[in-house]
Amino acid sequence: MAAGLDAAEGLTGKPGRPLRAARLRLSGFFWRHRWAKGLLLLAPPLLAFALVYLASLVALFISAFWTVNPFTTAIEHIWNLDNFRTLIDSGAYRTIALRTIGIAAAVTLTDAVLAFPFAYFMARVASARGRAFLFVAVLLPLWSSYLVRVYIWRLILNQDGVLNWMLNKVGLPNQHLAYTNFAVWLIFSYVWLPFMILPVYGALERIPHSFIEASRDLGAGGFATFRRVVLPLALPGVVAGSIFTFSLTLGDYVTPLLAGGASSQFIGNVVYSSVGISNNVPFAAAFATVPLIVMALYLTIARKLGAFEAM
Amino acid sequence: MERRGTRWALGGWTALVVLFLWAPLALIMVYAFNKSNVQSWPIPGFTTHWFHVAWQASEVRNAIWLSVQAALLATGTALVLGSAAAFAIARFRFFGREAVSFLLLLPLALPGIVTGMALNSFFTFSHVVPSLTTIVVGHTTFCVVIVYNNVLARLRRSSPSLLEASADLGADGWHTFRFVIWPVLSTALVAGGLLAFALSFDEVVVTFFTAGAQNTLPLLIFGYIRLGQQLPVVNAIAFAMIVLTVIPVALAQRLMRDTGVLRRGGSALTATK
Repeated sequence: MAAGLDAAEGLTGKPGRPLRAARLRLSGFFWRHRWAKGLLLLAPPLLAFALVYLASLVALFISAFWTVNPFTTAIEHIWNLDNFRTLIDSGAYRTIALRTIGIAAAVTLTDAVLAFPFAYFMARVASARGRAFLFVAVLLPLWSSYLVRVYIWRLILNQDGVLNWMLNKVGLPNQHLAYTNFAVWLIFSYVWLPFMILPVYGALERIPHSFIEASRDLGAGGFATFRRVVLPLALPGVVAGSIFTFSLTLGDYVTPLLAGGASSQFIGNVVYSSVGISNNVPFAAAFATVPLIVMALYLTIARKLGAFEAM
Repeated sequence: MERRGTRWALGGWTALVVLFLWAPLALIMVYAFNKSNVQSWPIPGFTTHWFHVAWQASEVRNAIWLSVQAALLATGTALVLGSAAAFAIARFRFFGREAVSFLLLLPLALPGIVTGMALNSFFTFSHVVPSLTTIVVGHTTFCVVIVYNNVLARLRRSSPSLLEASADLGADGWHTFRFVIWPVLSTALVAGGLLAFALSFDEVVVTFFTAGAQNTLPLLIFGYIRLGQQLPVVNAIAFAMIVLTVIPVALAQRLMRDTGVLRRGGSALTATK
């Protein structure tokens, strides 16, 4: 192969075309030394990634062990475990952490239940045109502004909003749903639903029809085929979607702040106000390690279930 | 094939989910024309006044301009770094390849608060003053992953022997790139770039931790909603943003049809968004 390239170089490397000759020599070099090309490709993104992202995670860990001087609010570079001790000892922070993880799990479950039949219909029942329509139906909300979609639900759930207006029309009393944990759960489920639908659809779409026919030929009924063929093959898609829904909920503070009540605080809200209001970066960093650890565990399990190929 | 009853049940469920997804969006389109500045239902009358107010507000204009700058810079950087990483992962076998491909997904898989707080600690740590640059750095972390995923999915579906054939026929690196790699990759780059731009333009969770005194559009809207100020203007901006969303969705739809993603599946989240 390399010899062929050298010959071509000899043919075209005429005096009048030095640029072309140089380019061919360069191509030849990269062809013979593939590792050089690989290194050249990988080095810039990897360096940028390590210098910014990994360095940031390290900075997060380090500053979590520092403290803020309560009088001067200056960060003191003294190693200690005070932040973590506060987190573990305080019942309030434990409640907040459990609430965050609990609602994230509830949102993930809700989205999986909503998305699966939808994705199944889209992948295996709908006509080509129906499928194209459903794609738009999912993509449009996905691409719309996140803040706008959270804000709309405030207008719907408000005391004098659309929901109560409709309830009154059919003779039902007003419901006080705005600014509750219910509202937070509902809005998260709404906002992240497309992130669940798309990977589940992708997984279902990839199942060859012959698998289902084979299952039927071997005497399995509709339910047995679904449980023993379709579901195991679709599971990586569901897990991939759950990474998004779980992680996005776990790391959010905007929805609880805009649509939650007094007892809807998330881990993110404590971090947000520690940085924005009380200027306590070390404590915020310490609390931010909680979702990091939860997500690390989640990703480890997800990887075992083959979710990364379905992302 | 599924039984008739099952198919009807699935269809009904799908219709309800579509209603759930779309009804709120339709509602905000109506609110944008609300005559009153009290956001109750039903609205008392229609006006286009708030579009004018939103368009005239210098605060809004500055925020849009900052968001556009940040999104363009982050997308541009991400296109270069993301495709380079995707090529290296797809075409080369090296020690630690699995680990690298796992690490590259982290900015997308880790919660926003972790990424935001980590960057904030990093900037505090290294005494970097928040500016447009820090916003761009923050956005680039996840934009790179988007481009990387899109390009990687495309490369996995194209054969490396195309490059060998091109070299055998006497093409140099540039020719191979121009006539072989580019036609294969262009739609993936456009799709990835579009999504990266949209995500950056919309980002608020991480941006709060990397922005200084300047407001991006989402930060401005976030402030308005939180303080309950300028809600009619928020409605008008929301209307404009939903209408503008149609453009990337239509483009994505076309790209999917042209590349056959709609029929053949592929990586759903990355290739289709």
